[in-house]
Parts: sequence; structure tokens; C-alpha cells
Amino acid sequence: MTTFRVNGRDHDLDIDPDTPLLWVLRDELRLTGTKFGCGIAQCGACTVMLDGMPRRSCVTPISMVEGSEIVTIEAIEGPEADAVRAAWTAIDVPQCGWCQSGQIMSATALLQAIPKPTDGDINDAMAGNVCRCATYVRIRQAIHDAAKTLEG
Amino acid sequence: MGVITTRRGFLAGSAGLTLGLMLPLGRGRAQMTVARPFAPNAFIRIGTDDIVTVLIKHIEMGQGPYTGLATLVAEELDADWSQMRAEGAPANDQLYANLAFGLQGTGGSTAMANSFMQMRKAGAACRAMLVAAAAREWGVPAAEISVAAGAVSHAASGHKSGFGALTAAAAKEPVPDDPPVKTADQFVLIGKDRPKLDTVGKTNGTAQFTLDVYRDGMLTVVVAHPPKFGAKVASFDDKAALAVKGVEMVRQIGSGVAVYATNTFAALKGRDALVVKWDDTAAETRSSAQMFDAFAKAAAEGGVTVEEKGDVSVMSGAAKVLEAEYRFPYLAHAPMEPLDAVIEVRGGKAEMWFGSQFPTFDRPTVAAVLGIPVEDVSINVLLAGGSFGRRAQGSAHLASEAAEIAKAAGRDGAFKLVWTREDDVKGGYYRPMTVHRFRAGIDAEGKIIAWENTVANQSIMMGTPLEAMLQGGPDNSSFEGSTGLPYQFGARRIGWARMESPVSVLWWRSVGHTHTAYAVETFLDEVLEAAGKDPVQGRLELLPADALRERGVIEKVAEISGWTGPVRDGKGYGIAWAKSFNTYVAQVVEVENQAGIPKVTRVWCAVDCGIAVNPNIIRAQMEGGIGYALGTVLHSRITLGEGGEVEQSNFDDYPMLRISEMPAVEVAIIASEADPTGVGEPGVPPLGPAMANAWRALSGQIQHYLPIGGAMS
Ligand code: FES
Ligand code: FES
Repeated sequence: MTTFRVNGRDHDLDIDPDTPLLWVLRDELRLTGTKFGCGIAQCGACTVMLDGMPRRSCVTPISMVEGSEIVTIEAIEGPEADAVRAAWTAIDVPQCGWCQSGQIMSATALLQAIPKPTDGDINDAMAGNVCRCATYVRIRQAIHDAAKTLEG
Repeated sequence: MGVITTRRGFLAGSAGLTLGLMLPLGRGRAQMTVARPFAPNAFIRIGTDDIVTVLIKHIEMGQGPYTGLATLVAEELDADWSQMRAEGAPANDQLYANLAFGLQGTGGSTAMANSFMQMRKAGAACRAMLVAAAAREWGVPAAEISVAAGAVSHAASGHKSGFGALTAAAAKEPVPDDPPVKTADQFVLIGKDRPKLDTVGKTNGTAQFTLDVYRDGMLTVVVAHPPKFGAKVASFDDKAALAVKGVEMVRQIGSGVAVYATNTFAALKGRDALVVKWDDTAAETRSSAQMFDAFAKAAAEGGVTVEEKGDVSVMSGAAKVLEAEYRFPYLAHAPMEPLDAVIEVRGGKAEMWFGSQFPTFDRPTVAAVLGIPVEDVSINVLLAGGSFGRRAQGSAHLASEAAEIAKAAGRDGAFKLVWTREDDVKGGYYRPMTVHRFRAGIDAEGKIIAWENTVANQSIMMGTPLEAMLQGGPDNSSFEGSTGLPYQFGARRIGWARMESPVSVLWWRSVGHTHTAYAVETFLDEVLEAAGKDPVQGRLELLPADALRERGVIEKVAEISGWTGPVRDGKGYGIAWAKSFNTYVAQVVEVENQAGIPKVTRVWCAVDCGIAVNPNIIRAQMEGGIGYALGTVLHSRITLGEGGEVEQSNFDDYPMLRISEMPAVEVAIIASEADPTGVGEPGVPPLGPAMANAWRALSGQIQHYLPIGGAMS
């Protein structure tokens, strides 16, 4: 039995302890906004917040999240997340959209840690998130835009 | 593929009137009779709440048809952008054919081009019916009624209405046969940036893709595919697999051994526990190195002539002859969402949910596998997490595998077929590996008097249901872009040597141009240098005076990049251009030398795609195409090792471009009144050669074997 909290709700699941958090979120909790891209921590599509830090859910066995608090794309909120979503929408960052949940989670975490990131900070924080549609020009732009709105 | 420009386009649309009930109305039937939306044709539904939903016959995989096609309808309907919605059209050949192909499918960057008039006519017909209804209700002449931003009004009487309140009356009006459409100077929405209709759902996790579909009692299925192309299952032992908690059954199907489980992880674990013996009798057992040698030999022999002008034997009189051989590896498309499909079979009928890019082929294939009539197969075409050609399968192999899984289960039920990234990278349907061979002769004045180019690769279309489209001719998609060049070369001969292998191949974002543009535009750069010419000026001199659109993009990109030549302030600059899918794109790449590694810092791009329906989407597709191409020339190769097994498996050994490698991009869109052409693919071809030209200018290194990273290692 694993006990953890997702998007403010408690869950008790009797499940193979090796099961990656990604598949628990999707198959058991039907939180499908978190995506599968590689399964080996190489693309970031499965990024969630685990106790406030971005985490690749595809390589996080459910046994590891006992007692943890998880937030997914469906529920992430706060000034940084709101600013990121607004910036993303304003310049239409997504193309196919598959990577974008993960991009938004990573970008939100970046702005929470560094309110005014440089291009170098963006490269460091976002290089683990692959976008096969290569929306990178707009991702960079949107992060700078979001940082500006947060400045007020 | 020839463009079929008949009246069928709109006739097909108006046929939807009698078929209104086939439309997915998204409501229960009881309610349907109460609040049935106004559906004047197969493409448009207007609800009493004023919401206009456009059924999009092209799959949305990131290239923007939801927004683009909805824009065309909104323009002629004089709707307000905020009331527009888009939804994927279901599989139906009659209603939703791509007019460029004569079948339902998306590809070749045709979505905008083939829909441009059809969707505008659909919008115009709908507007005319709303106006006629208003005229009747208000007792005023239709000619005095105006429509703007979603409001129908009659100035003299002061009557005014939204669309929703008029739908009941409009549904009784006759559908006009050939409604007039606007002239370009009357456009309100076309040509302007506006928010994409699918963005919000893609920023909050609500956008529904195939992997997100869960049906009652659904089993998740993964398939153990053969490690060598063309191999078959000899025998398998499923004891350990069935012992995994959650694994319900294991079945042999045509493409391998399928493991069915109650959740994804159990299916994967079950597959890991499976022991399969493969029969390699018909398998490809050559390595890439061995295949390249065979391809190179065939290219050197000249192949069959697919284009010829003049007599290339004048080459013997040239002052200088240059030669080169190029090698391009297999490439996986690697769409971000790996392949997947959901199928549910109940009582002899099948319903599917997936990113079907060619419903025309998928539907009958599923029907044939299940042994049921085509009408009993319905396909819901969902958003796809990228494709780049991967989902456009003449072979319908994915739909077929899903149907086989349902059949092999031996009972009714719902099944989700999931491919992992490893399945995707190792799974074939690659951009064909290709060898190019060149010879060019220049005379004493530096004029190119003869040009020879032979391409050796597998055919994408031959041996598939698409072969019929070739009508016995060679497969143009193997060498397009080597042929049809507007350059005035004197004599020329283009040859094609068709290679064969069990390795499956498929069109990959920009198809033949992925390699022809690279080979032609880099070899030409070397020839121009040997002739003492500037890369920009040299290209312009080779183009005839009436090649206005080619010259237009080259001159524009030279202007916005401030072109002064190949090296400036320690940085390299390269140019290349290509016409693909009737769109003209030229790019200039700026490259820096970072400790022997090329670092692309800036890219300038000029694009001429006719009328720019949505400049925002055009710029996005150029940016994306540039990134896609850059990752490829830097990193990408699929290779077969000794014995024929694929050596790559996931993003760790088949690396993708990262944000830290993405250059700044500036896009200039050429103003045009020509009919719009596509933008999903044409951003790709020029980037590789422009980059290689810049890098050669800066470092002196030539890159005839790709990827550049691969050539360096
Ligand atoms: S799916 Fe987790 S990092 Fe790719
Ligand atoms: S938007 Fe398609 S992978 Fe990022």
C-alpha cells in the first residue's frame, strides 16, 4: 500500500511498488496531462512537481513517493504557473502539444527558483525537456515574457 | 501526385446536408432533435449558442490546420474569431477527401492548399443561408443585410442578430450551389495573426490525444517486434510473461507477439519476461556499412535516367570537373507521442480512436483484418503528438496491428496498443538511407556546362498500396529536388538506382528534399567556389530571369541577413534554398566554431507560400522546421550493426535537438497573391545545406556524410 497526495487529494493504492509514478497517474488516477515520451528520463514530457521540485515521473517508482505531495499539469497554480500559462498562450508556443505539459512544469519550477532567468539559466533548466516540434524559440521567449509579468 | 481540381470539392461538402446525422454531434440523440446544430454542410455546425464548430478534415499534429481551416470558414462567414471552434472530422472518404489526393489523408503540406477554396465556399454558403433566413424573418431584401464579426444586421430597420438565433430558420433555406467568395482585398481575418484554437488545451493538460483514451475494461497491449527487419516469430514461451501480475494474455500476431495487461506497466513487464525465438530467413542481415557500399556502387553506375537535358558528355571538354559522394543514414521520425491506437470491438462493429493520418487506408485495412464491412469501422481522428510523416502509412501498419490485437483476443473488448520509444526508434518506416553521386564540369569562364547526379535509395511507394499512384513510373519521392531544378546548368542527367531491403521506409518531413536539397545545395556551393563565385550571386546567375519566386526568397534572405559573403568577423555564413511542396524557402545560417564543434547561432528565413493565411503559424512552422532539420544534421542516424539489428533505441543514443542548441530565428514572409501552399515541411530542406555551407566556409571541413556529429566521431 502506497499513500501519497496528488493535486490536493490523498490516495492509498495497492500497486506493484516498481510501477513508475507516470503510469500510476495516467492508468490509475486518469490524470492524462502528464505525458510519456521516452521512459528513461531523457525528454521531460512526464515532469511533475514532487514535494515542490520538478521530477521525471517515468523513472520515479511509486514506492518512492510514499508520503509525498505531487502536483501535475492539471492543478499547478500560483503566480509563476499563471504567468507561464499566460505567456505560453499569448504567443502560441505549442505545436503538437505533447511535450508542453512538461515544458510548463519545468518553466514554472525555473521561475520559482530564479525569477529573472538569463538565457543561460533557461538552457540549464530546460535542456532536459525535448520538444520534437522545436518550439524552443517561443519557449525561451515565453519564459522571458512570464518573468516580466511577474516583475509587475 | 496530381492535384484534382474539380467541382467535387464543394459537391462533396454539400452532400453533407443529407448526411447531417453522420456528424458527431457530441450530444445524446434525444437532445439532438431538440437542440440540433445548424449543419449546412459536412464542415460547419452552428449552435444556438453562436458557437461555430468547423470539422477539420486534416489531422492536427502541430502544423495548424485546426486554426488555418477554421480561419477560412470564419472569413467567408464573417464570424468573430472568438466564436470559432475546431474538431477533427471522422473517417469518411466521400465527405472529407484531400482534394490533392482524391482520398482522405494529410501529407505533402497540402492541408491549406487543397482546402483554400473548399472551406471558403463552405463558409460562404453558410453565410448566404443565414442572410436568406434573416431576410425572410425581417421581411427585408437580402442584399441590404450585412454580416460582420458574427452579427447579422439590417441598418435601415435596425434588426440585428447573432448566428445562433437564425440557425433554425437558416436550416430551411436551400444550400447555394456556388456562392461567391471574397476577393483578397476584402479579407478581414486571412493574413492576420490570431490565437490558435488548440493552444489552451495544450497548456493545461486537457487536450485529448490517443494515449489519453480509456475505455471500460480496456486492456493495454504492447508487442514484441522482431529485432531484425523481415524476421518472423519462430516460437515463443509466455510462461514468465503470464506470471506477471496484471498480464491477462499473450497472443501471436502478424507483427510479433502481443502482451495484454490491465495497465501499461504490467504490459511492459510482461513483454520483458517474454522469450521469443525469431526466424531470420527473410531478414535484412546486412549492416549499414555494407548497405552503404552497395548503394554507393549502384549510384556510381548511374541508375536509370529520370531527367535529361542536353548531352552530359560535354563534361569531357570541361576546364575543371568536380565529383562527390554523399551518404545519408536512415532516420526515425520520432514524433513526441509514440505510435498508439485504441480499438473497441463490440457485436461485429469496430470503433477506433487514434491519430489516423490516412483514414482512407486505415479503415478498409481494419475491416479486412476483422472480416467486417468497411461501414462497420468508425475512426475518431484525434490530435496527434507529432507525426512528421510517421503516421501517414500507405501500409496502414498501425491500424492493422491494432485490429490484429482485437481479433487475436478472441472476444469483444477495448484494447489500447502502445508503442514505446524503443519500438519507435527501432521500428523502421525510416527516411530512406540514400547515396548521392555528383559530377559537375565548369568551363574556363566558370560556367557550369554539365551536371550529373545519381540517387540510390529504396522507394517509399513501390510495394505499398500507393504504388498505383505512380502509374508505372519511377518513384519521384526518391529523388524529387534533384530533378526539376531551375538552375541553368547546360547539360544535365539525373539518375535513380532503386535499392531493395526489408527495412521499411516512409516519407519523413519533406520527403526526398531531406537529402536532395542538402546534396544539391552543398555540392553547388563547392562548384560555385571552384568557379570563383559568391554563393548568393552565383545562385542568382544560374536562375533564369523569370524564376521570380526563387529569386525573391534568395534576395530577401540575403537582405535580412545582411549578406556580405561566407565569412565575417570570425563567423561562417551559408545560404541554401529549396522549393518543396510548391513553397519557396531560402535560409542563411550563421555558425560559430566552438572548439571544433559547429554552433549555429542565428538563422534567417525567407518564405513564399502564396497568400499568408496565418503569418503566426507560418513563422512557427519555419522555426520548427529549422529546429527539426538542425537536430537531424547535427545528431541523427539510425544504423544497422553487424547482423542487421538497429543500434539505437531511445533519446539517449538517438538524440534530439535541445533548447540550448536552438538558434535565434528571423522569418520574412514574401507578400503574395498566389493561392496558398503548405508550410509544414518546406522549412526543413534548406537548413542542413545552409549550415554545412557556413561550416565549410568557416572551418574548411566538408560534410558529405551525415550526421555532422557522426562524421566527426
Ligand atoms: S517520459 Fe519521462 S523523461 Fe521522457
Ligand atoms: S509541441 Fe510537439 S513536441 Fe513540443
